[in-house]
Amino acid sequence: MDKPMVKPFAITLDPGSSLANHTGSWRTVRPVYVHRLPPCNNGCPAGEDIQGWLFHAESGDYEKAWHVLTENNPFPAIVGRVCYHPCESACNRGQIDEPVSIHAVERFLGDEAIKRQWAFPRPAQRSGKRVLIVGAGPSGLSAAYHLARLGHEVEIHEAGPMAGGMLRFGIPKYRLPRDILDAEVARILDMGVRLHLNRKVDNALAAKQEGGFDAVFLAIGAHIAKRAYIPAGAAARVLDAVSVLHDMEAGERPLLGRRVVVYGGGNSAIDVARTARRLGADEAIIVYRRTRDAMPAHPSEVHEAEDEGVLFRWLSTITQADEGALTIEKMALDEAGKPQPTGEFETLEADSLVLALGQDVDLGLLDKIQGIEIEGGVVKVGENMMTGCAGIFAGGDMVPSERTVTVGIGHGKKAARHIHAWLNGELYQKPPTPPIATLDRINRWYYSDAPKTVQPELDAERRLDGFEEVVHGLNADNALFEARRCLSCGNCFECDNCYGVCPDNAIKKLGPGQGFEIDYDFCKGCGLCAAECPCGAIDMVPEDI
Amino acid sequence: MSHQDIKFYQTGTFTVGNRLLDPEQRSVQSTLERTNALNSGHRACPGCGEALGARYAMDAAMAATDGQIVVANATGCLEVFSTPYPETAWQVPWVHSLFGNAAAVGAGLAAAMRVKGKSDVRVIAQGGDGSTADIGFGPLSGMFERNDDVLFICYDNQGYMNTGVQRSSATPPAARTATTPAVGPHPGHQRGMGKFVPEIAMAHHIPYVATATVADLRDIEAKVTAAMSLRGARYIHILVPCPLGWGSASHDTVRLARMARESGLFPVFEARDGEVTDSLKIRHQVPVEAFLKPQKRFAHLFGKQRDEEAIAYLQARADRNIRKYHLLEA
Amino acid sequence: MLKQVEGSRAVAETIALCRPEVVCAYPITPQTHIVEAVGEMVREGTLAPCEFINVESEFSALSVAIGASAGGARAYTATASQGLLFMAEAVFNAAGMGLPIVMTVANRAIGAPINIWNDQSDSMALRDSGWLQLYATSNQEAVDLHIIAFRLAEAVSLPVMVCMDGFVLTHAYERVDIPEQAEVDAYLPGFEPRQLLDPAEPVTMGAMVGPEAFTEVRYLAHVRQMQALELLPTLAREFEARFGRDSGCLIQRYRSEDADTIVVALGSVVGTLQEVIDTLRDAGHAVGVLAIRAFRPFPLAEVHDALVDSKRVIVLERAFAVGQGGIVADSVRKALQGLPAPIHTVVAGLGGRPITQASLRGMIERGMRDELPSVTFLDLQTDVVERALERERTSRRSGPVAEGVLKDLGVKAMQYV
Repeated sequence: MDKPMVKPFAITLDPGSSLANHTGSWRTVRPVYVHRLPPCNNGCPAGEDIQGWLFHAESGDYEKAWHVLTENNPFPAIVGRVCYHPCESACNRGQIDEPVSIHAVERFLGDEAIKRQWAFPRPAQRSGKRVLIVGAGPSGLSAAYHLARLGHEVEIHEAGPMAGGMLRFGIPKYRLPRDILDAEVARILDMGVRLHLNRKVDNALAAKQEGGFDAVFLAIGAHIAKRAYIPAGAAARVLDAVSVLHDMEAGERPLLGRRVVVYGGGNSAIDVARTARRLGADEAIIVYRRTRDAMPAHPSEVHEAEDEGVLFRWLSTITQADEGALTIEKMALDEAGKPQPTGEFETLEADSLVLALGQDVDLGLLDKIQGIEIEGGVVKVGENMMTGCAGIFAGGDMVPSERTVTVGIGHGKKAARHIHAWLNGELYQKPPTPPIATLDRINRWYYSDAPKTVQPELDAERRLDGFEEVVHGLNADNALFEARRCLSCGNCFECDNCYGVCPDNAIKKLGPGQGFEIDYDFCKGCGLCAAECPCGAIDMVPEDI
Repeated sequence: MSHQDIKFYQTGTFTVGNRLLDPEQRSVQSTLERTNALNSGHRACPGCGEALGARYAMDAAMAATDGQIVVANATGCLEVFSTPYPETAWQVPWVHSLFGNAAAVGAGLAAAMRVKGKSDVRVIAQGGDGSTADIGFGPLSGMFERNDDVLFICYDNQGYMNTGVQRSSATPPAARTATTPAVGPHPGHQRGMGKFVPEIAMAHHIPYVATATVADLRDIEAKVTAAMSLRGARYIHILVPCPLGWGSASHDTVRLARMARESGLFPVFEARDGEVTDSLKIRHQVPVEAFLKPQKRFAHLFGKQRDEEAIAYLQARADRNIRKYHLLEA
Repeated sequence: MLKQVEGSRAVAETIALCRPEVVCAYPITPQTHIVEAVGEMVREGTLAPCEFINVESEFSALSVAIGASAGGARAYTATASQGLLFMAEAVFNAAGMGLPIVMTVANRAIGAPINIWNDQSDSMALRDSGWLQLYATSNQEAVDLHIIAFRLAEAVSLPVMVCMDGFVLTHAYERVDIPEQAEVDAYLPGFEPRQLLDPAEPVTMGAMVGPEAFTEVRYLAHVRQMQALELLPTLAREFEARFGRDSGCLIQRYRSEDADTIVVALGSVVGTLQEVIDTLRDAGHAVGVLAIRAFRPFPLAEVHDALVDSKRVIVLERAFAVGQGGIVADSVRKALQGLPAPIHTVVAGLGGRPITQASLRGMIERGMRDELPSVTFLDLQTDVVERALERERTSRRSGPVAEGVLKDLGVKAMQYV
C-alpha cells in the first residue's frame, strides 16, 4: 500500500506489539541450563568425556571427536579393543534397550586416526621442566603424553626391549594387533617424548638426581607371576601365564602340549587358554576354585573363549601335578558362599599346567628411598599420586588399584596433572563434579528404539588358525548409527526442543554449537522446556521472591 | 501419514529440530526464521497448549505459503490473551469478529482475496472447541459445504476455558467442569460420544481433514503444509491441553497431549475427500489412566474409591478409537 | 434509463452498478428478489468481478461480508426482519470494526407472531447498532440511496443500512430511472479501505478493548456518525448535480414551510401522506409532511428547523417501542426540546396493515382539532382487543393472544394473507 493506514483507534493494533508486556514477572520458578555428569563419563577410569566426543561423532565429525577424546586418553584404538568398558555398564541406555557400544565407536575413531594420520597438537609453550617416567606401559605412556601436552620435557626409561608393557606382553595379538599398539605409541613419541628401551632403573631417587629430573613418575607395572604351592612330580610341566604370554610376544612358541590346563580365573587365564588353542592344543581347560559368577575375567572374554572351545572346571583346585596328569579336588560353597574342600578327588590329564594366579610388583627400585611406604606389595601414594618421597609419583598396577589398562591410563593422566601443578608449586584442584545425569531425568519419549550395532566377529573355526583379531571394527555407517544412540545424558545436544515447546518464544537459539539462552523478560516459568528436554539438561530453580 | 519418517536414532523424528538433520528435514519451529506468528508477551497462562499449538500451526502455514496468510479468529482464550488493547501478540494479518463466525469471516476473506486477484494469499480461520463444535458450528458446516478456500483450525482444549471452565460438546465424559461438577451418582460430564467435529467434517467430503496434538510437532507441520497445498475447505483439529481447565501442571501440557494420543483417547489421523487415509500409530501404548490421573478434572475417578466403571468406560472409548483408526501397528 | 420495474429488480441493478465485489445471500422474504437478481447477474458475468456466496444463515451472510470487507473488498448483502435479528451480533460487530458494508433491509415485521409483511420494527430494533440508516420513500429513492450509501459508507468507514419497505416498495412495479454505469462510476470511485488484512502490512483487527479505551472507541464512533451528518448533504448535492434528483438529503420537506400541522414519517408512507396533504391543502388546511431519510445519524438541527414554526407535530411510525411509545417521536421531541408544539405518536401499518388515505386524513383532522392522544394506533380494532383482554381477565388459560385475535377476526383476517 502506498498510503499508510489510518488505523481505527484501539481496535486495530500494530503486529507483535505485545513485546511491551514483560510476562517474565509472572514467574516463580526459572529454567536454567545445566551440565550433568553422564554416567559413562563417571564410569570411565581414564576420565574420558565420552558424551562429549560422541557429540561430535554423532555429526560425523570424527576428527573433532578424536581430538576431544584424546584430550583425556591418547589410546582410543587400544582402549577401544582392550578396555572392559565400565562406561557401557553405566550407560543409561542400557536400561532402555542396550548400552551404547562406546568401545566400538572409540575403536573406530582410533583406527580412523591411524588411517588418516591425525596427530596430537604440539604444546604451545615449553615449561623447561624435565620429568622422568619409569616404565613404558599404558600408565607411563599416558603420563608422558599428558605431560608433553602440558609443555614438559619427558623421558621414559623402559626396562624391556619394546614399549607397551602389559599391552604388549600381557594381551595377546588376537585382542590387540601390534600395528595398532605401535601406531598409538609412535604418535606419543612424535610429540617429542624420548623413549629409552632396555634401560632398567635400579633406584628411582638416584635416577632422578643423576638425570637432573624435576619429577619422576613410576609406572613399572606388576610382572612377577604369583606362585602357589602345588606338589609336583619332577617331570610335571608347570609354567606361569606371564612368561607364556611374554614368550609369545618374544617370538618363542611355548611348548604346552595337546592338553593344557590353566589354573586361575582372571583375564590372564583366559588369554593363556585361548593362546593355547591357537598354538594347537586340542584341549584347553581352565580350572577355577570358585563359580563362574565369581570369576574376575570379563564375561565377553569368557564367552569368546567358550566359542573357541575352551573348557571350564568350576569349583576345583589343583592339589598335585604329575607328568601327564593333575589331581583335582572338588570344592563346594559354604553358607557364606566361600569354596571349601570336599575331599573328593579326581584326575585330569594334562601335558602342561599354566598358573595364572596374579602378579606381583618388582619393587627393587624403591629400596632404601626415604619416605616411601610399601603395603601389601604395592606402593602407597597420596590423593595426588605422589609417593612418600617428594617429587616421586607412582601409578598403574604398582599402586593400590584395580589392575586394568584403562585404570593405568587414568593414573597416568591424573599423575600428570598433579605433577604439572607440583612443578608449578601449586596444588591441582579437580574441578567440581556435577551431579550424575540419571535415567529419571531423561525424557525417553524422544529417543527412538535402536538396539546396538553388533560388531562382526571372526568365525570361531578361523580364529584357531592363528592370531588374527577376533572382534572387528565398525564401519563409518554403523559407527554413526552407534554414536547416535547416545542419549547425551545431562548435556544439551541441540535438539531444539526447548526452543520449540516454549509457548512464549522465550528461548533464544544462538546457533550451531552455541546452544540456547532463556529470555527471562518473557519466560513465565511453565517448565515445559525442562519437562520436554530429552536429556535432562534444564533445571527448574525457584525464584527469589 | 503426511510426514516423512526420518531414520534417525538418537532422537528419532520426535524432537523439534536437531542439528544432525539436513536443513530441509528440520521443522519450522527449529529454525531461526520461524515467524513467531504469536509473539512473546501474550497473556496465556504458563504452559498454555493453545498458544503453543497456534504458533506451531501459524508458523507452519507461513512457511508453507511464503508468508501469504490472513487469519480470522473466533472469540475465546486465544483471542483474549493475544490481543488486549493496546498490544497484540500476532505477527500475521489477523482479524477477530465474533465467537461463532470465524469460518464465515474466513469465507469472506477468501472471497475478497479471490476477487482482488490475490489468490496466493491463503485464509485460515481458527478458534477453540466452543467456537468450533458449538456456537460456530453452523457457519463452519456452511463453509465446509460450500468448499470455501479456508483452512479451519480448531484448538481443542475440551471446554470453555475462557469463561471459567464450563463444558462444551467436546468435553470428555466424566470430566469435571464448572457446569458438570463432580457430584452426584455420575460425577463429571455426561456419558456419550460428545461431538467429534473431525468426523463431521469428513461427512462433508471436504478435501482434507486431520487431527493432531501439540505433542507431535512434526505431524502438525506436515498436516498444515499438506492442507496449504490444497484448495477448498480444510479442517485440522489440534488437541491442546489446558493447565487451568484440566487442573494439570503447566509443564505437563505436552506430556498430556502425548498420553491422550498414546492411550488412544485422542486418535490422530488424516482423511481426504471424506475417507481416512492414514493414522499416526501409537508407539508405546499406555492405559487411559496415564492420561487421566495427572488431571484434577478427573481426580474424582481416583479418590478413596476408584471409579472403576468410569475408567473402564473411558478405556473402552480409547480401545474403540484404536480399532476404528488402526492406531496400533499391525 | 427510465423503466417500469419491480423495486427489488431496480435495487439489484443499482447494486450491480455499484460494483460490489462480494455479495452474500440468504433468502428471506421480502428481500429475496434482490439477491436472486444480483446472483443471476454474477452468474451471467454481467457483474464481474464479484463473488456471490450462498450462505447458510444471515449470521454468516453478514459475517462473510465482514470478512470480505476486512479483506479489502466492497461487500453487500440484504436481509429483513428475523434475518436482521439473526445477524444482530454481526450487525453491531461490523459497525464496531468500522467496516463500510452496505446492506439493504427490506423492512418487515418481527415475530412472534410470525409475519412476513411490512413494518419497520426490524431496522428500528437495530437503530443503535452503530450503522448509518437511510430510509427510502420510493423505489427511485431506494435506487439513489444505495449509490449514495456506498459512497457514504466508504467515506466515513461505517456500514450503511438502506431501508425500504418490504412489499410496498420491494414488490411494487414503478417507473424508475436507473443510472448509467459511467455515471455511477464517476460518482462512486473504487473502494479504498481505511484498513485491511494484507500480508504486506499485517495488522490485528478487532482487538479486545477494556475500560481504559472503550469509551473513547464509542465516542469516536459517534463522531464518525456526526461527520456523516455533515457529509451526507454534500454527497446529496453532488448526486443531484450529476443525476438531477434530490435523493440524499437528511430530510425532505413537503408543503411544510407554513404548516401548522406537520406529519413526520419514514419510508414509503410518505408518498401516501403527500397525497393526503394535497387534499387537505386543497381544503385550505395548513398541513405538511417531513420525511426523515437519515434516521442514523439523526438530523436534530434539520428536524428542528423544519418543525420549529409548526403548532403541532404528528409522528407516524411503522414501529413501536412496546411499553414506551413512539421511537421516532422521541427523537423528534428531542429536536423540538423547549418548544410548545405537542408531539403525537401515531403507530400505523404494523405487520403489513394497509395505511389508507382515508385513515390518514381522519387522523390528521383529529390532530388538527387537538383530539389526538399522545399515542394512537391507527385503525386499531378495539373490539377485538377488548375481547382478548376480557378473556385474559376471566380465564387463566386464555390461550395465545395472536391465535385468539385471529379467531375473533375469522374470515376477516384472510384478506391480508
